[in-house]
Amino acid sequence: MNESIIKPENLVYRKTPVLTDNVLHYCPGCGHGTVHRIIAEVIEEMGIQETTVGVAPVGCSVLAYNYFEVDMQEAAHGRAPALATAIKRLKPDFHVFTYQGDGDLAAIGTGETIHACNRGENITMIFINNGIYGMTGGQMAPTTLEGMKTSTSPYGRDLRTMGNPLRITEILAQLPGTYYVTRQAVYTPALVRKCKKAIRQGFENQKKQKGTSFIEVVSNCNSGWKMSPVASNKWLEENMLTLYPLGDIKVPTENK
Amino acid sequence: MAKGTIVIDTEKCKGCAVCTGACPNKVIALSSKVNGKGYNYLEMVNEDCIGCANCAIVCPDGVITVYRAK
Amino acid sequence: MKELRLMKGNEAVAESAIRYGVDGYFGYPITPQSEILEHLMAENPYEKTGMVVLQAESEVASINMVYGGAACGKRVMTTSSSPGISLMQEGLSYIAGAELPCLVVNVVRGGPGLGTIQPSQADYFQTTKGGGHGDYRLITLAPASVQEMYDFVGLGFELAFKYRNPAMILSDGVIGQVMEKVVIDDYKPRWTDEYIKKTFPWATTGKNPNQSHVIVTSLQLDPVKQEQVNLRIQAKYRECEKNDARCELLNCDDAEYVFVAYGSSARICQKAIELGREKGIKIGLVRPITLWPFPTKVLRDMTSKVKGMLSVEMSAGQMVEDVLLATQHKVKVEHFGRFGGMIPTPQEVLEVLETKIIGG
Repeated sequence: MNESIIKPENLVYRKTPVLTDNVLHYCPGCGHGTVHRIIAEVIEEMGIQETTVGVAPVGCSVLAYNYFEVDMQEAAHGRAPALATAIKRLKPDFHVFTYQGDGDLAAIGTGETIHACNRGENITMIFINNGIYGMTGGQMAPTTLEGMKTSTSPYGRDLRTMGNPLRITEILAQLPGTYYVTRQAVYTPALVRKCKKAIRQGFENQKKQKGTSFIEVVSNCNSGWKMSPVASNKWLEENMLTLYPLGDIKVPTENK
Repeated sequence: MAKGTIVIDTEKCKGCAVCTGACPNKVIALSSKVNGKGYNYLEMVNEDCIGCANCAIVCPDGVITVYRAK
Repeated sequence: MKELRLMKGNEAVAESAIRYGVDGYFGYPITPQSEILEHLMAENPYEKTGMVVLQAESEVASINMVYGGAACGKRVMTTSSSPGISLMQEGLSYIAGAELPCLVVNVVRGGPGLGTIQPSQADYFQTTKGGGHGDYRLITLAPASVQEMYDFVGLGFELAFKYRNPAMILSDGVIGQVMEKVVIDDYKPRWTDEYIKKTFPWATTGKNPNQSHVIVTSLQLDPVKQEQVNLRIQAKYRECEKNDARCELLNCDDAEYVFVAYGSSARICQKAIELGREKGIKIGLVRPITLWPFPTKVLRDMTSKVKGMLSVEMSAGQMVEDVLLATQHKVKVEHFGRFGGMIPTPQEVLEVLETKIIGG
């Protein structure tokens, strides 16, 4: 290692101060940490640390409030969009985001999600989809793929008895209240850069008062999927992206 | 002559190895040694770092700081 | 300048909220309290005071919107009736656990289940004994007139912020629907964001430079810390019991018997007292204004002065348990109630006193 390069003027990348110094509780290789980091970087770059309130969900990211160095609220399971609605209505100049997993956003909180988006609340919703309930130990989620094994679908998800995986992002894109809907991933540097751009746009959109910005991030759950982190990212690419293809689903008309 | 280098917070590293595949010059690998939490942490294995920050960008735990000579 | 108006109890709640300077109302229609949201929407308070009014998609969403607003240090409220309040129990538990102030109004109707839309007082247990999960209490105010519906909005917020705990106005379908004259106040300005930021360091008002961020949560994974949270909350409740139990006494100076009744049942008892006194029976009324904290001491002190007490409620007998706890069997206590939406008559009430207490 060339120590002489380590000088402040040569710094090109460091952990943003909008993340606290707490050690993330996530499993090694989990995409949550990456998404936390790029959200925090966007907040830093936009200079909105003092005017941002985030809402954490119930699920693996229940403790997200320990990592973002912005004011944070912890919601009941699925209710983050309701909290965010009130925060934004009562503090319209603030930047408000929710951070939710698939169980929180697309199962127990479906009602709050759809109605916040349908009202066109000027908030940014970050949706981490890893097709499983990670925190409770790997149970089937609304987004679990057909045939995918979880602790509550131990022989694979049987569509006849367990229902179909829910593509909630496609549903939300059809609502008049959503302004920007996109699906991203964070398992390669290029994807992280792209996802960060999408999150930046989501936060910038709040200033336009034109509706909800919704960013799905297809992510991994190596513990729940019972794979190594690197293998889980490969599995994600080969399996998750078929049903959950990456890309913008709804783009503001002026960006088309 | 290396253009770049990284500083790794080895105590925070969880040894997931997501970064190793992102490095264009195969500069980083997991150590055979472990940190206080028992993870095989990341280390630099050669001098070919170009300071591209790819490793830091995919690191879920934000343990990598990147420098590049101007 | 004070103004006199003829209003429904529900309208009085809405008008009071606007004039008191409430920041946000989040609610969902349900009989018999829909006039609250209707009145708020008709008055367009955003133009008058900047108050936000939002019709939510459900009671579940409403109470969680209240959580979000309360966590910002804003004065926020919701209202509903029994089945809707049942849906809010999860949110109330979280609000109490996160130690946030807010106001909830329950215009009670008959249950259980979908029940009836007629008045009832059968949500006493739900309100005063918990309702949601965990050790918490709701500061509970029981209005017996339209004027009190109006006044208790302000009182409710005052107590909610004093103890950083949800307060509930436990009304019923009679008080919500009846029209009476009400003295109303001038519009008070809402708290400014600067005032809130300065006064409530626990609120998410935006991170202060050189200070750590604010976290509002009801989660403590470490049981040692969670016990500390509980101990702090319980200490607050003991203070509240000591300082803020309220009740009204009527004709109690010479009373040999008392009715214990709140809300519209207290109004019925007032007439029953008149009828009884015409027959020479010396009856008084103890009307709890706060149901939690319950006016235990007043009732305990009364055990040496009266021969019997009749708890009159539009329920199968809920508050009577608190009366029994307060009086500790030192005096005869019985319950009389009509329920499922039925309202007792003064004659019925007096007859039960005569048979169960005086003659029993």
